Amino acid sequence: MITVRIIPCLDVDEGRVVKGVKFKNFQTAGDPCELAKGYNDQGADELVFLDIGASPKSRKTMLDVVEKVSRQVFIPFTVGGGIRTVDDMRSALNAGADKVAVCTAALQNPDLLVQGSRVFGRQCIVLSIDAKKDGNRWFAYSHGGRRQTGQDAVAWAKKGAALGAGEILLNSIDQDGTRQGYDLELTCRVAETVAVPVIASGGAGTLNQIRDAVVLGKADAVLLASLLHFNSHTIAKIKEYLEKKGVRVRW
Amino acid sequence: MIAIVDYRAGNLRSVQKALVFLKADCRIIARPEELAGCDKILLPGVGNFGAAMNYLNQSGLTAVIRDWLNADKPFLGICLGMQMLFDASEEDRGMNGLGFFPGQCREFKSGKVPQIGWNDIRSIKKSGLLTGLGKKPYFYFLHGFYAIPDGRSIVSGVTDYGLEYPSIVERGNISGVQFHPEKSGAAGLRLLRNWIGGFPLSIRRISQ
Repeated sequence: MITVRIIPCLDVDEGRVVKGVKFKNFQTAGDPCELAKGYNDQGADELVFLDIGASPKSRKTMLDVVEKVSRQVFIPFTVGGGIRTVDDMRSALNAGADKVAVCTAALQNPDLLVQGSRVFGRQCIVLSIDAKKDGNRWFAYSHGGRRQTGQDAVAWAKKGAALGAGEILLNSIDQDGTRQGYDLELTCRVAETVAVPVIASGGAGTLNQIRDAVVLGKADAVLLASLLHFNSHTIAKIKEYLEKKGVRVRW
Repeated sequence: MIAIVDYRAGNLRSVQKALVFLKADCRIIARPEELAGCDKILLPGVGNFGAAMNYLNQSGLTAVIRDWLNADKPFLGICLGMQMLFDASEEDRGMNGLGFFPGQCREFKSGKVPQIGWNDIRSIKKSGLLTGLGKKPYFYFLHGFYAIPDGRSIVSGVTDYGLEYPSIVERGNISGVQFHPEKSGAAGLRLLRNWIGGFPLSIRRISQ
């Protein structure tokens, strides 16, 4: 039986891992290669690297990091941040990524999902959605959470999967870095709407909240950052807890 | 020397990096003449059934690989590379596979498709590939299609994803695995090491 994936997320800026709160106030959390190796040893099921530095130099540094990690760590990697074209996807895959995540570029040009999945297969294409609640709906944001696009986040997830995304990485801007728990309602709505796997992201602070994302939010995987980077929990502890609560994990 | 077949459909570096990490001699080949001096073929698994077979057909590799398979020389197909060992796939109707194993590949009709994640193998027949890997090892899967062999005789391991399907098929020196050993951490490296041959390493040592 398939297991729930625990995925550490490394937000990388100019070669350093950082972590913010609600997409702001970033703190340095360490060297990406060291963190990646450490999480692999702890039993991480995948890794996500997001380049949050907008400069071309930051992008290049990021690809170097992925290249280096992929010689030593043999679990799947997703690379995102600043990927705008099929050529950007190819560079990330050639550096050692197994999947690429697109957010802003897919909102601006949904055809990128079609092109990317045609060239590399849909299993390679992750649609990252930064969603924020307004009233009783969620809207997709672009540019690192700075611009509201007017697109309904749930509808966008459905459309993105139909166009070629093989997976949805769903980030709640409201919950990001707060450790107050995932946005369960958002996660559940998207998970029930799309036929592809959904990775819940944003807000994990306790073990019980991770369980809730899977059991109540119906997420196929959970993304973790603050909870791991600042050493408050280990992946093994998280998996032990989930298993005790009846959630299947990989050992 | 292990030949990693490049069918111009995707990223082969992961497989190559894993073999390099295991200190195995390997090279990427895209034409029949480049197989000279190789004693093992690894057909990796990224891309689309039709496009991959089309490349093999046009490069002349299909005929050479079929002879290799019929001569029972060491061969490992990974993911799509395993599916290509069969007659055909629903992914591209009308395109013939390598046809070494009788059977078809079909798309999952329920659950989330593609299957993405770690799933376990139930061993139903002794396989050298699983040496040292315990009763129910976990591997990383990433696929929307699965193989349905005409008989059970080639099936060494099965996996449950809403339905039970073959995740390891073998006959003689010809093997196929539906998962990605090159992305399955210590267990995957151990499986590759088992396939390459050579002295057994403990999983703990490989993971360090």
